[in-house]
Amino acid sequence: MTVDMSQFYQVFFEEVAEHLNAMESLLLGLDVNAPSIDDLNAIFRAAHSIKGGAGTFGFNDMTSVTHVLETLLDKLRKEELALRSAMIDAFLEAGDVLKAQLDAHQNGGDVDEAMIAGVCRKLEELSGPQAAPAKAKKAKKKAQAAASPRAPTCHRIEFSSDAGVSLDNLFAELANLGQLEIVENGAGQTPARWRLNLTSSASEAELQDTFSFFLQPEQLVFNKPAEASSEDQSYGFFTDIATPSTSEKEAQDDGYGFFTEIETPPKEDPGYGFFSEIEPPATPPLERSPGRRAADNPVLDAVKMGRRESDKVAVSPNADASTIRVNTDKVDLLINLVGELVITQAMLAQTTAHIDPVLHENLLNGMAQLERNTRDLQESVMSIRMMPISFVFSRFPRVVRDLANKLNKQIELKTLGEGTELDKGLIEKLADPLTHLVRNSIDHGIEMPEVRLAAGKDAKGSITLKAFHQGSNIIIEVNDNGAGLNREKILAKARERGLPVHDAMPDQEVWQLIFAPGFSTADVVTDVSGRGVGMDVVKRNIQEMGGQVEISSEQGHGSTISIRLPLTLAILDGMSIAVGGQIFIIPLTFISESLQPSTEDIKSISGQGTVVQVRGAYLPLVALHKVFNIHNAISEPERGILVLLEADGKKVALFVDELVGQHQVVLKSLEANYRKVPHVSGATIMGDGRVAMILDVASLVRIHQEPGMERRCA
Amino acid sequence: MQAMQEATSNEVTANNEFLSFTLGKEEYGIDILKVQEIRGYDAVTVLANTPEFIKGVINLRGIIVPIVDMRIKFNLGNVTYDQLTVVIILNVAKRVVGMVVDGVSDVISLSSDQIKPAPEFGAALDTQYLMGLGTVDDRMLILVDIEKLMTSSDMELVNQSAA
Repeated sequence: MTVDMSQFYQVFFEEVAEHLNAMESLLLGLDVNAPSIDDLNAIFRAAHSIKGGAGTFGFNDMTSVTHVLETLLDKLRKEELALRSAMIDAFLEAGDVLKAQLDAHQNGGDVDEAMIAGVCRKLEELSGPQAAPAKAKKAKKKAQAAASPRAPTCHRIEFSSDAGVSLDNLFAELANLGQLEIVENGAGQTPARWRLNLTSSASEAELQDTFSFFLQPEQLVFNKPAEASSEDQSYGFFTDIATPSTSEKEAQDDGYGFFTEIETPPKEDPGYGFFSEIEPPATPPLERSPGRRAADNPVLDAVKMGRRESDKVAVSPNADASTIRVNTDKVDLLINLVGELVITQAMLAQTTAHIDPVLHENLLNGMAQLERNTRDLQESVMSIRMMPISFVFSRFPRVVRDLANKLNKQIELKTLGEGTELDKGLIEKLADPLTHLVRNSIDHGIEMPEVRLAAGKDAKGSITLKAFHQGSNIIIEVNDNGAGLNREKILAKARERGLPVHDAMPDQEVWQLIFAPGFSTADVVTDVSGRGVGMDVVKRNIQEMGGQVEISSEQGHGSTISIRLPLTLAILDGMSIAVGGQIFIIPLTFISESLQPSTEDIKSISGQGTVVQVRGAYLPLVALHKVFNIHNAISEPERGILVLLEADGKKVALFVDELVGQHQVVLKSLEANYRKVPHVSGATIMGDGRVAMILDVASLVRIHQEPGMERRCA
Repeated sequence: MQAMQEATSNEVTANNEFLSFTLGKEEYGIDILKVQEIRGYDAVTVLANTPEFIKGVINLRGIIVPIVDMRIKFNLGNVTYDQLTVVIILNVAKRVVGMVVDGVSDVISLSSDQIKPAPEFGAALDTQYLMGLGTVDDRMLILVDIEKLMTSSDMELVNQSAA
């Protein structure tokens, strides 16, 4: 029977990608001097899951890389080897290789074989200092062969149990391990005494482990096995073959989860590393050293306890992760439907607003409840699309680490507010601009350690990523405590490039210059940054998301770049305005104020259009009815309303007939079935079911710069 | 009904079923599979700076659908909007577009020998958008490749790469 596995590939790819990310963030969080066993276990589990999945789907190249990775990780988590930073580097590299392989499987293409081999070799070298790479492989195989089938041994076990303890499960477990014979049945006695003969390939320690679930260690007596196999006696010695973890792991895969801990060699074992190539059964029988048991037991228990907990997590990754994977199309459909519901509800509300509240009390009560439920439903549906920003932030520890190493800078990354949620669509689009900003901060912001020391600062620079909500916006800040922007340098560079600048420009405007295409003040162009490609792209990307970028900077103390984004792309706070009987929506974020002008405030500049004086400043006037060719609109500004709009640091006064109200509107695409309409960013459906256009404020404030629009619109 | 039976006996696929509609005195046919629904004319939201035949957009169960008036576009029929005005909602090139016509008649099955190539003249439409002329009894149907027409630059419904 052949099952088409490819239908599950996508799930696998996503899972592996998640595991790799988890692994990377854990690795970066590891303290080299005192690694947390929990973290190591978690990393190991991630690697192990990847291996398991890759094996299932037949991606053998990934299996082999994870295999060596796992080998080393296993030694670390069992504290056979001490963690070194070289290992973390190797792990990260292995993670990259896996990503590349994953990508190759997903999108086609090839992975550099030399790179894979290099990483594997590095990992192998790190995991066994004595074993040459080729030999390590051989030894591994032998160990595997030796570990799995072992000659069965007869164990005589005596124990006493407290009355009332059910031993059925114990016997069932034992029966699984081998042939069980109950010599003395203690059922009914108090205290119950039991004698068992068990013929099993499991070692004594494994049995102890099994028993430990049911009995206290002191209740249990193991008699010497009837036929002491050479293997069992020499046990303590060859646990230290070059890659014991391999065999353990293999065994684990086969489901013998119990004896892995037992093989954990005590650190003081003198035989370490000597028997790398000796096949276990070949070791001459030796008397078991009494010291070993004594030393081993407490360790055993401790490890056992630690392991059990982690094991549970590993065994049931689905049980504690209460998430399901849903196609985003389905979510979007749900959001659309709820949007419809909101509109229908608004329509009903409008209709029922006129009816007699006394006669139709029940109906109106129902309407009130409907409104509440709809709002709650809308909120919770919208929250489905929300994801914590940690999805973006989590990539930065790696970026900072790599780049800092490359540039020989010392940088510490802090992240704040990782739990801040925003729309999934935004999260995906945010990754690139944010990466660029962080790279910029590292390259241009943070100075070299010696420069920092000379400036009286800590040699270690810090970059802070911070996310928080402010109203219906989310603000993401990239802050560094580096040199800050250099005003003179930027101005000089701007002049060089022929940009219109003057010395009295406010800081805010100077900083905005760095967003000009091709602008760079870097003295040297590095492969990191300085080519002047980027900041303009960052700004454009953010603006496409409906956001804004702001910079504040202080020379010598660092700079902060804030990105302000709407919480979601699907819903927007808007002000509805009317022009000649038509309704338009202006996104609230762009409105700074609205006012009714007096005749003397309106000035026309000959051939240049009209300006309006607002508290001493002259703002260009844009008449919406002229932009959209609406004929029956109010034509004298003093009879209408001016809405002051601000976007991209530019201000205009938009002349409309009247303000209608403030709404939350659901954004609908106009381009899905139609085409782009100038000065309109989208459409929405109003409470009465009609369509209203959402104004594109960014293009309206630029309207005077468009040739030919000048005279028409002012 | 007779036509239907004829069609099945000739083993014609569903592809040869056409929705016929009238513009002025001319009768047109479009592939039935491109038609999503037929509805009355609702209030539209006008779009600024668009040609006259683009009436605006409507809210069709949550999606924004542009409405074009073929009578204006091709200078046929009386341009009035009342309760009898019909809008054919089309599904062409993964887009939903509504078109206003004078009236919808029926669904007609045509076998391939009933479809004749279009001459170089005779209709308000450019021949490049015509699939041919269909004959049913004494009626003549102008068969329009509606997908090609609606996505063409003439209709100004789609973002043109040059624009």
